[in-house]
Amino acid sequence: MEFLNGLVFLTNFVIVPALAYGAQLAIGALGVTLVYAILRFSNFAHGDTMAFGTAVTIKVTAVLVAMGITLGPLPTALLAMPVGILATGLLVLGTDWLIYKFYRQQKAKPVILVIVSLGVMFVMNGLTRVFIGVRDIQFADGARFLMTVRQFKDWTGLDEGLAIKTTQAITLVTAAITVAALFWFLNKTRTGKSMRAFSDNEDLALLSGIDPDRVVRVTWLIVAALATIAGVLYGLDKSFKAFTYFQLLLPIFAAAIVGGIGNPVGAIAGGFLIAFAEVTVTYPLKKVLTYWLPDGMGPDGLVQLLSGDYKFAVSFMILLIVLLFKPTGLFKGQNI
Amino acid sequence: MNKLLLATAATALLSGAAFAESHTGDVKIGIELGFTGPLESITPAMAAGAELAIAEVNAAGTLLDNATVTVVRADSTCVDAGAATAAAEGLVTGDKVNAIMGADCSGVTGAVLQNVARPNGIVMISPSATSPALSAAEDDGLFFRVAPSDARQGEVMTDVLVERGVKSVAVTYTNNDYGKGLADAFQASFEAAGGEVTISAAHEDGKGDYSSEVAALAAAGGEALVVAGYTDQGGKGVIQNAVDTGAFETFVLPDGMVGQQLVDDIGDALNGSFGQLPGTDSSGAETFLAMATEAGFDGTGAYAPESYDAAALIMLAMEAAGSNQSADFKDKVMDVANAPGTEIFPGELAKAIELLKAGEDIDYVGATAVELIGSGESAGNFREIEVKDGAIETVKYR
Repeated sequence: MEFLNGLVFLTNFVIVPALAYGAQLAIGALGVTLVYAILRFSNFAHGDTMAFGTAVTIKVTAVLVAMGITLGPLPTALLAMPVGILATGLLVLGTDWLIYKFYRQQKAKPVILVIVSLGVMFVMNGLTRVFIGVRDIQFADGARFLMTVRQFKDWTGLDEGLAIKTTQAITLVTAAITVAALFWFLNKTRTGKSMRAFSDNEDLALLSGIDPDRVVRVTWLIVAALATIAGVLYGLDKSFKAFTYFQLLLPIFAAAIVGGIGNPVGAIAGGFLIAFAEVTVTYPLKKVLTYWLPDGMGPDGLVQLLSGDYKFAVSFMILLIVLLFKPTGLFKGQNI
Repeated sequence: MNKLLLATAATALLSGAAFAESHTGDVKIGIELGFTGPLESITPAMAAGAELAIAEVNAAGTLLDNATVTVVRADSTCVDAGAATAAAEGLVTGDKVNAIMGADCSGVTGAVLQNVARPNGIVMISPSATSPALSAAEDDGLFFRVAPSDARQGEVMTDVLVERGVKSVAVTYTNNDYGKGLADAFQASFEAAGGEVTISAAHEDGKGDYSSEVAALAAAGGEALVVAGYTDQGGKGVIQNAVDTGAFETFVLPDGMVGQQLVDDIGDALNGSFGQLPGTDSSGAETFLAMATEAGFDGTGAYAPESYDAAALIMLAMEAAGSNQSADFKDKVMDVANAPGTEIFPGELAKAIELLKAGEDIDYVGATAVELIGSGESAGNFREIEVKDGAIETVKYR
């Protein structure tokens, strides 16, 4: 019983939240990694692409709700998401046509493209704020919990409770579907294969008749879809605020780089690694140990490895350690 | 294209010069708030509050020698001391403002004070910087704040908790000068009163995910959770997460956390939580609210009334000194803010100017019952609140 209480406590505060957060980071990191693998630059505008997609989704959700269309227990935003993906797709295709295309034709170095994407980031940042404002917006409707703390306690008779939010479950399910679809697309379809070929060796791909413009277009569309899905899932689980999405760039890049930038499997592993590291490294074990150790042996202190102040540093630390010992990331990514 | 740009630039320069010339002798007030960054959602109402006071004085048109007051807005970013200093430098040396209404967050306010206001001798009145550290800062008599120091709020919060019989609390604060200052002041005061603080942990704003912070707080335990943060930032994220995971049931909400938006977002779970914020039962607050509604902005926004008062104090001190130069009117700020004299409420700025012109004393009460003590900070009247049935209700004034 004591052991179960400790386990439930740990699951409620560490495992469930970290799983959901990890899935959100993983989809975000997938987008970054695809741009890096195929278009060969680090896209700093990714966080704001996510924000834009989510903003459009929120507006459409509001319209749907006003028309009386909802998804019952599920959030209406899932219904509005395809529109958000479409709008974001148009936005990134427009950006590519207006800005990135020029630098691609100049055969600009990746570092120049990075700085260009920084500029795009600022513009998108402003665009999103003009479009939806700077306020914090909650757009999750439907049932909030799959299981509440009280229900769990009544059901099991344990002292500690376990809550699972609908949005957490949706996040994991959607993430699994998205990742499966992406891998199927990359490995099984003709377009997916041509994208991988383009990523492996651009010149060889061109020689074998792959249309580079088409590869670039499809890549941007997939990136727009991934960004919008990641943004909407994150916003449903927490809330939407333009500033927060801008800040998300850091853990997302950490996840992509740790996993091996340019490698889709690495992006997923990296997302979960960063999420679990952020939660566990700063977690005080006091209460769990009190449950697990024999009576009277429970610790007085908090038994905390690092204080919560260092949470930001955790992503950086993992990044440094991985880059020191495995410069290409955990799963071998692209070399620059 | 180049010629067009050149022409545009030249036109802008010319019109700028003409503008400056025709307004010589007039008053310029810089409003420096975090229009971007963590506070970007409350600063528009704050700036509107300050501009409401300025519009009122302009409508009367009697300030000094019938001077017109113009406003120059600048972005303090709330968090980036370098950017805030550069923006303030631009206000003072470029726009030649006579005084600064700002800044908002404690950290950038301290930076602007030391790097810009003191070297240039410019008066600044902050509506919202509450860090205890600013009380002792060297200011050459140039810095005032309409918000009380958090050292005082720490004491008030302790009183509230002791009266409610709460003996142990966990504390989380937003990782900046405001949050840290308030958390430390509260911890010292609460422990002196015999209470126990199980953990005092920082949270970063603008993250969205607060699982790890709440996990740490839940592991440490406590009867209630004190959240020294912001309503639409980490503070809200922490409460939302704590409610979802069942970590805490009662929350103690200091000034930055009291807002109807928070109550609406969190819902029923917030019922029974309590807190305190600077506030008075003086009639000024209601008058200001009505004026704000008429002007078309949210007068209940955090620090919007304080911003009105800060701007009003600057202009009234100028009138009292008969000069728009900071060196002349810095000594008058305390005089117009405090008794003796005729009490001045929002909407009565024209009357105040008349009184000052007639050589009479005024006691500016304003929207927040301004009373400046010590080195020029608000004495601090607090309003104890409790959330009941999804509404913020006033328990009493302290």
